[in-house]
Amino acid sequence: MIISVFVFEETLFVRPFNADEHFHVKSTAHETMDGGILEPSLYTVKAMAILDNDGNRMLAKYYDDQFPTPKEQKQFEKNLFSKTHRANSEIIMFEGLTCVYKSNVDLFFYVVGSSQENELILASVLNALYDAVNQILRKNVEKRALFENLDAVYLAVDEICDGGIILDADSTSIVQKVAIRSDDIPLGEQTVAQVLQSAKEQIKWSLLK
Amino acid sequence: MHMLRRDKKEEEDGGGNPFHNIEKSSVLQEARTFNESPINPRKCAHILTKVLYLINQGEQIGTTEATEAFFAMTKLFQAKDPILRRLVYLGIKEMSKIAQDVIIVTSSLMKDMTGREDQFRGPAIRALCSITDTTMLQSIERYMKQAIVDKVNAVSSAALVSSLHLSKCSQDVTKRWVNEAQEAVSSDNIMVQYHALGLLYHIRKYDRLAVTKLVTKFSKHSLKSPYAYCLLVRLCYCLLEILCFVYFIRTDSPMFDFIENCLRHKSEIVIYEAAHAIVNLKNTSAKELASAVPVLQLFCSSAKPTLRFAAIRTLNKVAMKHPAAVTACNLELENLITDSNRSIATLAITTLLKTGSESSIDRLMKQISSFMNEISDEFKIVVIQAIQSLCSKFPRKHPVLMNFLSSVLRDEGGFEYKKAIVDSIITIIEDNPEAKEAGLAHLCEFIEDCEHTVLATKILHLLGREGPRTPTPSKYIRFIYNRVILENAAVRAATVTALAKFGAHCEELLPSCIVLLERCLLDTDDEVRDRATFYVQTLKQQQKSLKSTYILNGLQVSVVGLERALHHYTMEPTETPFDVKSVPLETAPITDSKQVREPGEAGGQKTEKVAASRQDIYAEQLSSIPEFANLGNLFKSSSLPVQLTESETEYVVQCVKHTFSHYIVFQFDCSNTLNDQVLENVTVHMEPADGFQVLKCVPCASLPYNKPGTTYTLVHLPEDPTLVTGTFSCTLKFIVKDCDPNTGEPDDEGYEDEYVLEDVEVSVADHVQRVMKPNFGVSWEEVGLENELEDTYALSTMKTLEEAVQNIIKFMGMQPCERSDKVPEGKSSHTLYLAGVYRGGHDGLVRAKLALSDAGVTMQLTVRSTDPDVSEVMATAIG
Repeated sequence: MIISVFVFEETLFVRPFNADEHFHVKSTAHETMDGGILEPSLYTVKAMAILDNDGNRMLAKYYDDQFPTPKEQKQFEKNLFSKTHRANSEIIMFEGLTCVYKSNVDLFFYVVGSSQENELILASVLNALYDAVNQILRKNVEKRALFENLDAVYLAVDEICDGGIILDADSTSIVQKVAIRSDDIPLGEQTVAQVLQSAKEQIKWSLLK
Repeated sequence: MHMLRRDKKEEEDGGGNPFHNIEKSSVLQEARTFNESPINPRKCAHILTKVLYLINQGEQIGTTEATEAFFAMTKLFQAKDPILRRLVYLGIKEMSKIAQDVIIVTSSLMKDMTGREDQFRGPAIRALCSITDTTMLQSIERYMKQAIVDKVNAVSSAALVSSLHLSKCSQDVTKRWVNEAQEAVSSDNIMVQYHALGLLYHIRKYDRLAVTKLVTKFSKHSLKSPYAYCLLVRLCYCLLEILCFVYFIRTDSPMFDFIENCLRHKSEIVIYEAAHAIVNLKNTSAKELASAVPVLQLFCSSAKPTLRFAAIRTLNKVAMKHPAAVTACNLELENLITDSNRSIATLAITTLLKTGSESSIDRLMKQISSFMNEISDEFKIVVIQAIQSLCSKFPRKHPVLMNFLSSVLRDEGGFEYKKAIVDSIITIIEDNPEAKEAGLAHLCEFIEDCEHTVLATKILHLLGREGPRTPTPSKYIRFIYNRVILENAAVRAATVTALAKFGAHCEELLPSCIVLLERCLLDTDDEVRDRATFYVQTLKQQQKSLKSTYILNGLQVSVVGLERALHHYTMEPTETPFDVKSVPLETAPITDSKQVREPGEAGGQKTEKVAASRQDIYAEQLSSIPEFANLGNLFKSSSLPVQLTESETEYVVQCVKHTFSHYIVFQFDCSNTLNDQVLENVTVHMEPADGFQVLKCVPCASLPYNKPGTTYTLVHLPEDPTLVTGTFSCTLKFIVKDCDPNTGEPDDEGYEDEYVLEDVEVSVADHVQRVMKPNFGVSWEEVGLENELEDTYALSTMKTLEEAVQNIIKFMGMQPCERSDKVPEGKSSHTLYLAGVYRGGHDGLVRAKLALSDAGVTMQLTVRSTDPDVSEVMATAIG
């Protein structure tokens, strides 16, 4: 049934069918409030960022070339921060983009997507980012702790999104993949055996030097 | 130790940023540690993190520096430490764009990719693909195929996602991975499922039939991933839109049922995606919307701001087309007015403005004024658009709304925002004559201090058109002339044109306008000077026809067409001067007066572009056919194809008419829906009406299954200029050859056959091109009484004035001017003004005075034209 329908419509076009052209019919209304639907694609996330309480970049990844230079990126972050740092309302339409955000103590987490993107998908990515960082920092989500674990946070961001495609949105599995070193666990939470093991290692390394 | 002390010090400073003071040169220096053996994983990881931090902060690293660091980094493959290894992958990805010879790590990455450590394999694949180019893709193809179907989910996902990235540059290779992707879709892991579906779609996206199959298959195959569901919903949406785009009607389809079923999915993401898709479908009926609205209503009272935002934004969209469907949610919307997220509050108010009653407007306007300053420009635009639509709904409220608009016009705001306000005021002025004076006054005030050239010129153009026709045109002159003194060249040029229009239209202002224009004769800008000189000379002639043609109603040719004609003219030098009449006319936009403007989308303009380009495409196609080379310029192509068959028959044919000055070309787009037949030498035989003469058929050589083909029939128009309409009976003639449905290989032997099509009508409208006359009255006077014809008709079948107006426009194929296609409510009489150009370039103007009576509509039709035959033809168009 459907097949015959499609055969028929081919005839209506003077030109041969070009999928790109017609799937793009909707996406021309870019950067407007019009909530049309995007071309189907896995490229969902345009940017992710973690800023501190002055709006400085802790970490930021941009996945398309809407902001090609670091200067434009930082300007965007500054503007976004100034719009969002007071009112903690979780979502904002900003410069033609949908930005979802979340904050804790002195950190602000952002996920940015097209204004036509499903807001809930972006929110799910934000939650994955926040929860993964929360677990990596052992519920101590603040600037200092983030700096101490910057390597793990980089790896987590890499596991959440690859070039704009959501790779994983389950925080537990993300943290698992990041595989934090056991000796990063604070002394109080380690077993005696672990303490001994790490002490041994350190002596060994200092001797080898 | 030194490091530690510095850290402490910084902590006291309150920064607490161990990376705060690092410098590019020192970090790159430190990166040399990577070359030491044995490797200290902790130390190296720390240094590598610093390098990554630098790159992430946007520090520019030169190619040589990056290459050096990159090569040092490759040494770290010797260490087994998982964190370090993973950081190396990140480093490779970050530096792949800046360093040289990055392919050096290929073998190390390939080893990790196929190695035993599962946690390395996924990230290694992703890093590998970031350094791979098309030439190397061949060598890793085998491993990629294996990785796609790997039992470790992270590996499979990584391979699928990387394939998608790679397919950007080499679609061909990834195409061969369809089978693997197919297998991966049935994975248990939700992300693998999602990525595999995405890759499958990407590979097939240019083959609509395959996409349809994909959707049909997986909509039954219950997927687990909510993301995959969203993707499917979006695919269904796009397919339905194309169906709708082509059919202009919606058909029930399994795809729509699938979207509707998704409204009952357990994941909110999917439910919302489905509701969003239904709302966004063009031509959704109220019934179809009814299923989506309750879901959104429920979301409105959710505790999550994102969910409330998404729901209200979508409801706002529903309210634009079907306000009635949203009234059920009014209670929830009222609660959202005070939401702490201003975006949500704004959307709630604008939605209520659309659904609410006239009495609530004052209250809502007050509410919104209180926080207009707090919201972003995007939302301000939404508010402005809501107010615009409100004005057409409740014309009596225009003072309140106009006041609001003028006050926001004075506020700070970006270009888009100001433009929305100006557009709204202009629309209100055009729709509502009572608001005209107030609106023009606000706009005059605005251009006094307007930094946007585009807006200033637009307003000046409007003033030039509307100002002269107000009771006191003189008061606008001061505002306009001020622009000449204060503004840039583009605005000054627009000002000069506007002044000239005042002079041309109002006799009493003519002397003063000429004085003002003469002051512009010495302007520094060429364009301004030229315009001023031209207008001064034209105005001094004191001739009605000159004023009308060159000042009040401008050129009406299509710009693309003019460009092409001029280019053609310069290519072949001739003695004859260039004739503007030979240029195709601008296809006037077919604007539907009831069209709902969607936010951010200039509805009217879009259709205009499509309409204009369509005729240009046709012209191009026809001129490439040698048989039609000598027909002259294409005058008009009928806008919508006419179906000559039912949609489900064996052969589907539709017709487009192209009118030339002495010929008509019928273009038949045919399609063969039988997969066991090939048609050859396909023509359409036409039985002409009186006076018409079939000259030629251009056959379509072969019409295989599912490949549309085109055949043309050329007809000479009758010599008698008043004989222009007729009916043609058509038959499709062809040679049938049976063929193998699978290979499409036809048999040698075929037989002749024919297929009867429906008749094709040629009406007066086919000979007339729509033309917009901004100032109808002047043109009417210009053409004069010479070829006037007048007649009175009783249109007994018409019950309302609107119906009569629509039908007259359809029969005449002309452009309604002065917004006379809109019948004011509650009036029992109306005058319709139509303008057009008849084949051959003769202007035709029609005035139809309509009166409603018990026995239907009575019409007094007056036709004026530059040619007596044209008047006659037009007067007989309705009968």
